[in-house]
Amino acid sequence: MDELITILKEIHPDVDYETATNLVDGKILDSFDIITLVGEIADKFDVVISAEYMIPENFNSAQALWNLIQKLEDDE
Amino acid sequence: MHNHVLKDLKKTAEKYPDKAAFCGEHSTLTFRELDEAVDRIGTFVLASGIRRSPVVVYMEKSPEEVAAFFGIIRAGSYYVPIDAEMPMVRIHLIMENVQAPLLICDESTAEAASKLGFGGRIVRYSEICGDSSFAKENSEAGIDRQALEEVYESSIDTDPLYIVFTSGSTGVPKGVVGCHRAVNDYIDQLSEVLGFSEETVFGNQTPLYLDACFKELYPTIRYGATTYFVPKTLFMQPLKLVQYLNEHKINTVCWVVSALTIISTFGTFKTEVPKYLKTIAFGSEVFPLKQFRMWRQALPEATFTNLYGPTEGTGMCCYYRVDRDFKDGEAIPIGRPFDNTDIILLDEENREVTKESGEQGEICIRGTSLTLGYMNNPEKTSEAFTLNPLQKGWPERIYRTGDIGRYNERSELMFVSRKDFQIKHMGHRIELGEIEVNAQMIEGITGAACVYDKEKGKIVLFYSGDKEEPEMKVLLKDSLPRYMVPNVTRKLASIPLTSNGKTDRVALQAMI
Repeated sequence: MDELITILKEIHPDVDYETATNLVDGKILDSFDIITLVGEIADKFDVVISAEYMIPENFNSAQALWNLIQKLEDDE
Repeated sequence: MHNHVLKDLKKTAEKYPDKAAFCGEHSTLTFRELDEAVDRIGTFVLASGIRRSPVVVYMEKSPEEVAAFFGIIRAGSYYVPIDAEMPMVRIHLIMENVQAPLLICDESTAEAASKLGFGGRIVRYSEICGDSSFAKENSEAGIDRQALEEVYESSIDTDPLYIVFTSGSTGVPKGVVGCHRAVNDYIDQLSEVLGFSEETVFGNQTPLYLDACFKELYPTIRYGATTYFVPKTLFMQPLKLVQYLNEHKINTVCWVVSALTIISTFGTFKTEVPKYLKTIAFGSEVFPLKQFRMWRQALPEATFTNLYGPTEGTGMCCYYRVDRDFKDGEAIPIGRPFDNTDIILLDEENREVTKESGEQGEICIRGTSLTLGYMNNPEKTSEAFTLNPLQKGWPERIYRTGDIGRYNERSELMFVSRKDFQIKHMGHRIELGEIEVNAQMIEGITGAACVYDKEKGKIVLFYSGDKEEPEMKVLLKDSLPRYMVPNVTRKLASIPLTSNGKTDRVALQAMI
């Protein structure tokens, strides 16, 4: 989780990812951020997030994204 | 005969009154509703005593925003689109440049508009056009046909109709002024190349505050086509994006490459294919071949056209219809100029570079499609819009793009590189100098230099001063549009310089 927060902080240093739950709906993350994020996650966690998982629910909070990464790691 | 960009709107509204012209997330305007709204806004602008003046449009992307653009044109004035996502600093620079007497906003921007310190009058779209039930019952209310007709009769096709702002290396955005004649010529040529008709259903991706959206706006009213404004949030949800295209039977897209690769990169085609798409035009960036092949494989029947052109040449000026496979490492050509446009390549001594030589030269545009220049900026205008050095018999303007090109062995024009520090990032044209100037304006910053990491598609800002890296990024958000904020900020003790005292960009590139 800390590693994920580090990646997120690099994109937007001014966001409190521990509490934010509207990262997509609140327009904090835009499409470029999401693409960057998915690329970084692939590099750091060796997890491929495919199109079907790219929905706001999975990106609205650091926790939701972390849950997704763990789910995808388990599936492998 | 008048060569006016709205010359077909009335005819189209008569032919397809109840067909959807523009569909947004929250509303739709049919051709009849659009035509009425345009007349009503036109009447309002005229009644406000405004003629041949810039009028600012500060609205959410919507069918109504298009009606506001056209309404201003109907009144013989020209629109200046401002986006809700532009930072205030930038909006102020634009306001200062254009000095408009009127600003049209909507409910979502009214509060921000009131805080602009705008010197002219501010009016809400709904104050002019009312709600839709009002429009339905009072189709002639608020429309002065005679006044509108008089304006139309006195219009000429070299009159301006819009000013759109593009990145400026000095830190101040440049307002490109476009005229009727150039837009009409562009739409003629583009429509022929891409085959637009009343059956065309566009899925618009590009913002309305740039010229890129002309590909949809003007053909829609000319042919009675339909344009859907694809919700921005779908560009981070590839599967839903394709479902949206299918739901609305969208058959034509003119998108930046990065919007197309969002679909192909994440394996969307395995689940769903945009099966109605027949015409795919792309541009503004290099299409990575791996991604491009996925698209062609998914849609073997569709046509793929690469478009190239700067804002100063009114939208696009060259095209290449993909007709063959490319080897790894090859680039997709930018092809050939549209009919009625000429491209010349000039070397550093202003001599013509011939097709046969295969040598490189600056891509220069000649023809009707040139815009009028930069608003209130004679210096920048004369640098970029020069006289044609190959032709001395009479003054003929050309636009020097700053792009370096060459012809390949098939006589197709190829993009090679930039002469300066302009980049294309996520489909946006950005002067790295503009980022540097804004960084240097931050208190405590002693030096700043920007480079582009092409491989990763990231803007990297190196700077020296007393701000920490994360803070620097946050501070820049106040003055730069989101797409220009550096993706990476790197603090250095000092910016490396070459022996003659210039920023050492080679050294910086090596550090990324």
